[in-house]
Amino acid sequence: MATDTLTADPSEAAPSAKRRRKAPPRSGYTREPAGVRWALRVITIGYVVMLVAWPTYLVFQRALEPGLGAVFDSLREPEVGHAIYLTLYITFFAVIINLVFGLTISLLLVRYDFPGKRVLSVLLDIPLSISPVVVGLALVLVYNGRDGWLGPSLEDAGFQVIFASPGMIMATVFVALPLVIREVVPVLEEIGDDQEQAARSLGANWGQTFRRVTLPGIKWAVVYGVVLSLARSIGEFGAVKIVSGNIAGQTMTASQQVEDAYQNFQQGTAYALAALLAFIAMACLVVVSFLRPKDDQS
Amino acid sequence: MAAVGIAAPGSSRKRRARGRRSLSAGSGLALGATMIWFSLLVLIPLAAVLISAADLGVGGFWDVVTQPQTLAALRLTVVESLGVTVLNIVMGTALAWVLVRDRFWGKRLVDVVIDVPFALPTIVAGLVLLSLYGPSSPLGLNIANTRIAVFLALAFVTLPFVVRTVQPVLESLERDVEEAAASLGASRLMTFRRVILPSLVPAIVAGAALAFARAISEYGSLVLLSGNLQYRTEVASVRIYGFNQDGNRASASAIAAILLVVALLVIVALDVIQRRLARRGD
Amino acid sequence: MSINVSGVNKKFDDFVALDNVSVDLPTGQLTALLGPSGGGKSTLLRIIAGLEDADSGTVTIEGNEATHLPPQKRNVGFVFQHYAAFKHMSVAKNVAFGLEIRKRSKADTQKRVAELLELVHLSQFGHRLPSQLSGGQRQRMALARALAVEPTVLLLDEPFGALDAKVRKELRDWLRRLHDEVHVTTVFVTHDQEEALEVADEIVVINEGRIEQIGTPDELYDQPASDFVMSFLGPVTTLDGKLVRPHDIDVHTRPEDGTGKKGRISRLLRVGFEVRLTVSLEEVGHPDVEVTVTRANQRHLGLEEGLPVWISATNEAALEPSVQAAQA
Repeated sequence: MATDTLTADPSEAAPSAKRRRKAPPRSGYTREPAGVRWALRVITIGYVVMLVAWPTYLVFQRALEPGLGAVFDSLREPEVGHAIYLTLYITFFAVIINLVFGLTISLLLVRYDFPGKRVLSVLLDIPLSISPVVVGLALVLVYNGRDGWLGPSLEDAGFQVIFASPGMIMATVFVALPLVIREVVPVLEEIGDDQEQAARSLGANWGQTFRRVTLPGIKWAVVYGVVLSLARSIGEFGAVKIVSGNIAGQTMTASQQVEDAYQNFQQGTAYALAALLAFIAMACLVVVSFLRPKDDQS
Repeated sequence: MAAVGIAAPGSSRKRRARGRRSLSAGSGLALGATMIWFSLLVLIPLAAVLISAADLGVGGFWDVVTQPQTLAALRLTVVESLGVTVLNIVMGTALAWVLVRDRFWGKRLVDVVIDVPFALPTIVAGLVLLSLYGPSSPLGLNIANTRIAVFLALAFVTLPFVVRTVQPVLESLERDVEEAAASLGASRLMTFRRVILPSLVPAIVAGAALAFARAISEYGSLVLLSGNLQYRTEVASVRIYGFNQDGNRASASAIAAILLVVALLVIVALDVIQRRLARRGD
Repeated sequence: MSINVSGVNKKFDDFVALDNVSVDLPTGQLTALLGPSGGGKSTLLRIIAGLEDADSGTVTIEGNEATHLPPQKRNVGFVFQHYAAFKHMSVAKNVAFGLEIRKRSKADTQKRVAELLELVHLSQFGHRLPSQLSGGQRQRMALARALAVEPTVLLLDEPFGALDAKVRKELRDWLRRLHDEVHVTTVFVTHDQEEALEVADEIVVINEGRIEQIGTPDELYDQPASDFVMSFLGPVTTLDGKLVRPHDIDVHTRPEDGTGKKGRISRLLRVGFEVRLTVSLEEVGHPDVEVTVTRANQRHLGLEEGLPVWISATNEAALEPSVQAAQA
């Protein structure tokens, strides 16, 4: 397919760990009988519609029922506004921290050998399968100012972690920790170190090699990782709820404000804020699914 | 979103032993710094949970866990999580199959919708389900504050796991293997059972393990939906939260330790499966 | 001596890749490191390039001690089997990379890149991405990239290994001509004896981490130092307990002077211009002997399956007693 390769988009040349090849059209034997196909389609699509699509649609419908103006009004209430601001503030730092940490640890895991590497790579997945409530509790046990392991000394030094933004950032970083790593590591493995070695043999030092050769090769993976971290950080609820103390107008994030509003029968505010959060999450999804296929045809 | 899911077979196979370097001064420093951060953020706090639970002693630990309200919460969590896992094994595999092997209008959209539970904040997930299955349901059924609601919430948040682990494996299956089975006289059903399914099993198991781990640790989506009724709809995470709010961090740690150990077992199992998959890829 | 490797050892865990290897590679020559896969030849090349550290031993390049120099300070050009193209850069950018790192002026860089693309016949492809090139073109680009920095030595690791047979042959001829043009000291790794024999001035045969023999293609072919070298460089068969090339055996249809061994043609296979015979000898326990004759010879003698024949090694045959292998 010479013509295809000639018109290929630059980014398509990057190999991808996600092997989502388009299935070739099927015919003849390896196609199920029509009855089986239709039954599978109806059951699975029905399941997705009833469980996810319809309910999600309803949230947007409910939120927009009073009209767009009312939605913006309820989002402009001081407590809601502060919650949104706090969420963005925490998300910003959490994503930056996870980006730096994730890139560093990915490079170390793929390109270097050190003792305990396998254990570390397993431990890095903990946040994916652990309850956010446990995360919050764990942080409180260590960093609370009264009887935590490190909390009192930190507070003596004038640094409050729990019931303040550092703790909320830590909780958010914790739950989103593996997202960048899980995107970047497979791509680093896939592209191998041939290009980096070539760069070094041509006289490039570590920084030049990273900036000019490694980073361009993994940039899409980094973008996915960041978008995923962003979505996860904005929506984090349980872990942040425990370390924040849930003080309205002070340490309450947007997702906590949804709960608070709903419990206090401010349904309009709850739905408006939920719709906003859902919208951001879906936007992240669309960005990712829009970017990803480019990198899939290697 | 491939945030979950184990790597498709072959990706770790690409790893080359050659050219991997031992640590230099710069990379050693980077490793040191990241390890300190990782310890402060993850290792020390999780150790604190285990130690705090261990401080109760065997007797104290047993008392917390067997207290009727806690026991009811644990039982509900485990039973419903297992149920949801089984549901996911069936529906997740079917969905992956439809997404990979079938072609129809709107497939791409279904593919994106599958990821919605991942992206949606959990508290929003609860509200989402409430709007179709809550007090003002257009279907006229209100299951809020029941055990069915808990099941529904768990099914919602775990939907993508099996789909996203099975999908890439199904995509990488060689079609000619199925054709070979056919040429050897196997029926379509037999081919599925004897040829396709066995190659999917590790991925299904991996997805199921992730779904189970997620289900037993779920909190956010249940807050609005289940009403957190003691003995009825209260799950383990809610119980931990309750203990913590009451200032009883030791008891909270006891239940948290159980969840933590399960989570650890799951990721170790996943690691083993992944390595096996990678080896089979060769 | 351009490259001097002395007493180099290298282990990967328990696997001994190089076992006390010493070799001198003269300036301006085209040298092949030849051997089976896993024999250590690529490791030796990577140690010369600094991409791998030797456990012990020294490397000097043009008289400069290089054992502990990082690759970016050795001024070597390295060409990888799988091209190692910078996929996000155009062909011209790839070639310019080393020059940009060395902070050459823009005009200089452009001029040099143009020259090199000319040299490797890729002038009209400068703006393309590597993914838009064929394998052979990509490897020529990699070669231009390596040559751009005017390396002291050019190292090629199985440079044609990933290409199909026809392109491989073309590139092989082209590499030889290129070398005659630019005269840079060149070392390439290959497991293909034909490639080595055809292209190299000198061949270093490496097996199981040791050097088996160093010599010109003719020396290696005519005076192999061991059974291994002999059998690696071409087909061999056993006659009277000695290794012989199948085309160095005379076939007669009657006993000539009593030196031939009697047998019978058990199989006859025509492959293009040559005819391969399998001769089963009368002598009990002697393995079948493979013999190659020309088609003209076959017609002349009327050779066919089942015919009794007498075979003997020709005078020119480089008969190497097996014991010599032990001494090597």
